[in-house]
Amino acid sequence: MGTLLQQTVNALSLGGVYALLALGLATVFSIVRLINFAHGEVMTIAGYGIWWALLLALPAPVAILAGVAVAVGAALAMERIAFRPMRGADVTTLLITSFAVSEIIKVLFQNGISARPVPIVLPAWLTSTIDLGAVRIGMISVVSIAAVVLALGAMALLLRRTPLGLAMRAAAEDFAVVRLMGIKANHVVALAFAISGALAGIAAVLWVAQRGSVDPLMGATPVLKAFIATVLGGLGSLGGAVLGGFVVGAVEVFLQGFLPEAALPYREAISLSIIIGLLVLRPDGLWPAANVSRS
Amino acid sequence: MNRLSVTGLRVRYGPIEAVRGLDLEVGPGEIVALLGANGAGKTSTLSAIAGLVPPSGGRILLDGEDVTGLPAEALARRGVGLVPEGRRVFASLTVAENLLLGGAVHAPPPERRARLRRMEDRFPVLGERRDQKAGLLSGGEQQMLAIARVLMAAPRLLLMDEPSLGLAPQMVERVFDLIAQLRSEGLTILLVEQNVPMSLDIANHGVVLANGRVSLRGTARDLLASDAVRGAYLAG
Ligand SMILES: Nc1ncnc2c1ncn2[C@@H]1O[C@H](COP(=O)(O)OP(=O)(O)OP(=O)(O)O)[C@@H](O)[C@H]1O
Ligand SMILES: [Mg+2]
Repeated sequence: MGTLLQQTVNALSLGGVYALLALGLATVFSIVRLINFAHGEVMTIAGYGIWWALLLALPAPVAILAGVAVAVGAALAMERIAFRPMRGADVTTLLITSFAVSEIIKVLFQNGISARPVPIVLPAWLTSTIDLGAVRIGMISVVSIAAVVLALGAMALLLRRTPLGLAMRAAAEDFAVVRLMGIKANHVVALAFAISGALAGIAAVLWVAQRGSVDPLMGATPVLKAFIATVLGGLGSLGGAVLGGFVVGAVEVFLQGFLPEAALPYREAISLSIIIGLLVLRPDGLWPAANVSRS
Repeated sequence: MNRLSVTGLRVRYGPIEAVRGLDLEVGPGEIVALLGANGAGKTSTLSAIAGLVPPSGGRILLDGEDVTGLPAEALARRGVGLVPEGRRVFASLTVAENLLLGGAVHAPPPERRARLRRMEDRFPVLGERRDQKAGLLSGGEQQMLAIARVLMAAPRLLLMDEPSLGLAPQMVERVFDLIAQLRSEGLTILLVEQNVPMSLDIANHGVVLANGRVSLRGTARDLLASDAVRGAYLAG
């Protein structure tokens, strides 16, 4: 029982990070039809932002805020510099643009700072554990789950209760008609990128806190998992992205925890097979987007 | 001065020229019917006036101000409202959310709420279904919602693209009654329609398009009586 509880907490905290990343990808995709492969680099930039803030001896909460702010700035800059000039281009062109952005940022970090991980020292309380009798749960996992719940809740409020949130949901359906309502396309697109950046920034904080270091490829693996999550959930569906993130996280953690030793090397293959199996059963994803946009 | 004055309008999509030098005027408080067969260029004309496609030639004046080539959001803020072809309500948003979005940039929140209440009084079915997803409404109800959504912006020029398309006969009747009523409230309307007799019945002027050019124009009364229109649309 003890390990099951422990693994559930781990699954939720890892799945939560994937969910935040997947939600950011889906938010941007639902509005501009861009599969942003540079999303992982937004996360990496946030990681280096935290590292830099800590080097300047800023207190941890400030460093965390700085990390999220840097991620928002990076996402907005990407939109402004790389994606806005390509607005209206086809999906493939946008995809290749995002590959280019991703590669450029990776190389900048590899050559500008170091290809090796740089350590990050976090406050002791974050790395402590909670003892529940026989079960020990990492504080960071609990904090992660709480942060994910808060971020998802804030996102839901924004989308349901604010005029810009309404405009974003409407733009995912029919962007032209949103413009006919007098709402500026650039604002809606910028908001989508800002949200995706904030979510990637929070994911970066949690990721860095769990691993204690930052490197130029830091964002690549979790964002790859987040891509899988968005497809599993139903491309373009926000709820699906969140659900997909938790499913991918759970599959990964439970396979790691419960597979026999001999099968562990095949963990990734098994987990992808499970996901492909789910997609065969539900080709449009676990929670498909309600409607496909006409452009 | 004319509310809308279009001269020499051209719209092209790559090699296809959909509108080829169109002149059109709509006076304040008038209904002008823009008629023509499928593919004549009616939607392209409205799209250019609403800023959804950039004109490849010509000028568009709104109350004398040159607004040629402005983007859709700028024209909407200047008071151009479009009820698009095929209604295009936001299916995943509720009825009330569709309406609030229609007034989002045109009225501060308290005024927006007041307008929402007025729309719900005017269209009781929308009031009853305010919290339902718009995608669940019938075609006629969606058309009412599309019209109410644009009225939330209190436009000074209302463009309507085939609002009666695909509706049951008594619903068509209601839509035309509503359009006539809107004019009596002072709205200026450019109405694209395939239902020629009913459109000319409520319009002040009519313009008939063929292959992107005006083939016939006149007062609604003259057009209703003209042999060309009778032969082509009124069959006997
Ligand atoms: N986005 C587009 N790309 C390319 N061609 C287009 C586009 N939209 C319209 N056309 C072409 O332009 C011409 C005029 O089309 P338009 O939609 O303006 O006609 P319409 O009078 O509104 O017709 P309908 O009564 O069928 O709605 C047609 O030949 C059409 O095929
Ligand atoms: Mg048309």
